[in-house]
Amino acid sequence: MIPLLGISTQALFGQLLLGLINGAFYALLSLGLAVIFGMLNIINFAHGALYMVGAFCAYFLLNLIGLNYWFALIISPLVVGFLGMVIERTMLQRLAGLDHLYGLLLTFGLALIIQGVFQNYFGSSGLPYAIPRELSGGTNLGFMFLPNYRGWVIIFSLIVCLATWFVIEKTRLGANLRAATENPTLVRAFGINVPRMVTLTYGFGVALAALAGVLAAPINQVRPLMGADFIIVVFAVVVIGGMGSILGSIVTGFLLGLVEGLTKVFYPEASNTVIFVVMAIVLLVRPAGLFGRTA
Amino acid sequence: MRSSVAITALAAALAWAGSAAAQNKNVKIGALSDQSSLYADIGGPGSTLAAQMAVEDSGMTGKGWKIDVVSADHQNKPDVGTSIARQWFDVDKVDVIVDVPNSGVALAVNNVIKEKNKVFLNSGAGTSDLTNKACTPNTIHWTYDTYALANGTGTALTKSGGDTWFFLTADYAFGAALERDTTNAVTKANGKVLGTVRHPLNSPDFSSFLLQAQNSKAKVIGLANAGGDTTNAVKQAAEFGITQSGQTLAALLLFITDVHALGLNASQGLTFTETFYWDMNDGTRAFSKKFASKMTSGAMPTMVQAGVYSAELHYLKALDALGSNPDDGAKVVAKMKEMPVDDSIFGKGNIRQDGRNIHPAYLFQVKKPGESKGPWDYYITKATIPADQAFRPLSESECPLVKK
Repeated sequence: MIPLLGISTQALFGQLLLGLINGAFYALLSLGLAVIFGMLNIINFAHGALYMVGAFCAYFLLNLIGLNYWFALIISPLVVGFLGMVIERTMLQRLAGLDHLYGLLLTFGLALIIQGVFQNYFGSSGLPYAIPRELSGGTNLGFMFLPNYRGWVIIFSLIVCLATWFVIEKTRLGANLRAATENPTLVRAFGINVPRMVTLTYGFGVALAALAGVLAAPINQVRPLMGADFIIVVFAVVVIGGMGSILGSIVTGFLLGLVEGLTKVFYPEASNTVIFVVMAIVLLVRPAGLFGRTA
Repeated sequence: MRSSVAITALAAALAWAGSAAAQNKNVKIGALSDQSSLYADIGGPGSTLAAQMAVEDSGMTGKGWKIDVVSADHQNKPDVGTSIARQWFDVDKVDVIVDVPNSGVALAVNNVIKEKNKVFLNSGAGTSDLTNKACTPNTIHWTYDTYALANGTGTALTKSGGDTWFFLTADYAFGAALERDTTNAVTKANGKVLGTVRHPLNSPDFSSFLLQAQNSKAKVIGLANAGGDTTNAVKQAAEFGITQSGQTLAALLLFITDVHALGLNASQGLTFTETFYWDMNDGTRAFSKKFASKMTSGAMPTMVQAGVYSAELHYLKALDALGSNPDDGAKVVAKMKEMPVDDSIFGKGNIRQDGRNIHPAYLFQVKKPGESKGPWDYYITKATIPADQAFRPLSESECPLVKK
């Protein structure tokens, strides 16, 4: 056990691992934002609220219908994704071609309404959601006690992130999608239904948020404001990674989880602000973000 | 002739104005709270409801009083809180501010109230500084404070063998005060504090801090935070097997809404201090059931909401005794201190010179799921701390109002 800067390397490993787990959430949420921004040019401020709806959906499935966590992992993203598609079709589509600001204001307003409604009915302290029995307990890794559930979170979100990256960057579907962003008129001329593709993409991005919400439900309280606490940080992650960069948001999500984890050890008071410090520095040095391309 | 008529009219007008001032029976109550964030269930809309119930139950409207209740959201920001207070006093003619959870906001509003000579009935904030260094002739601290919490939980746990402590502290006025007061109680009982982590308000993830607490090998992990921070910490402590590995988790400030939100599985066995529980006697049950029936969520009152009700009832009794609203905050507070407190919720008590309302505190433990008969049946009373021992003794007071 070699002490490093006042704490043992063992303790440091533990903290780094916890940082990575938080990073998994950042990555999953910022990935959804990056997909939506990269493909649709919408700054989706309702992302945090929809993440919260995903968690509530898991709660309702368990307590009203009796469907457990594993079902929630599939059903909740589908339900919230569908809700997202309705939002896109009925509202966001009307703002296509306008300045980013309009989309931002609309989604911000939606977030406030959704959170307000949930708060009115469920209060601010939230509802309990237990860890699924298969994943309860923990493993002693030697340097720390790792709850099995946290191990599951990191592996599962890594798989989801990489699969998303693969689909968008390496498949024909992804190629069509990217082409449609560059030049929708031309892609339409090839017989591809661009508006439908846009709706589905928004639905997918939102489903990712709901998935993160279900993953978070057993760790955090299922609270109406659980997304509001997260969303600002996640936006910072997207900005640091480079707006719209898929790989950028994944890598930055995990990296910033680590940075935050280290801050929690050495100067815990700053753990909520450190990400914004990083953001300020990155914007000064590389205004397009770490993985962004300058236009 | 004409001038004498004018003089008579003027005199009559003056007399009328004079009698109107003497007969001022208008009161405006401002419920200032966190309406939308982490403390909204503890105070929030429930505190506004409690304030309205106190008006109804006081029977003052039948005696010719006109009492209005207004409410606002201070968003946990001291600057927002003080600007609402100034607006209320200068424009809306508010006489008294009730509740105000969040110690940072409460201390800031405390100054404005003294400056404007109004009345402050604090129920929601924890900091014991309100009746210590920061005490004023206009402020009464009703329900609890960090000294009482620290004294109740800190002393009891240390004496029963938990003699080494590690704190997870919310990084603002309340957390610091709670940590300081608990540290004093622990060292007084021959315990030792091994370390502390200051976490930002509203932290979603406590795993890193819990790991540090676990590595400290302290017997007791003290949570010097409140609301959503406490519930997240308790839930994640269960996940990390903190209590299974032999460490005790002490939530220094826990409310019934937190226990309800956590569920008994995650919160069973937690030990903490409160001054009110709905299911204590006929008085508390009657008030609480009426309160719950008016809440959208059906929630039972927290001690903060019960405190708003009880404090305001006493305030209205004092006004009634004065006969009219003197528009002089310090005068009303002096009357409140002079009259013994007797209500159906906190029982008999009195308000000290420093503004501290004195009543018993209780050490509660959360029931196991099998022991609970249903929703809101959550607490077992482990000990009653008598009124004269529950709060900071006047001999230790640094309040300038206390004559020694």
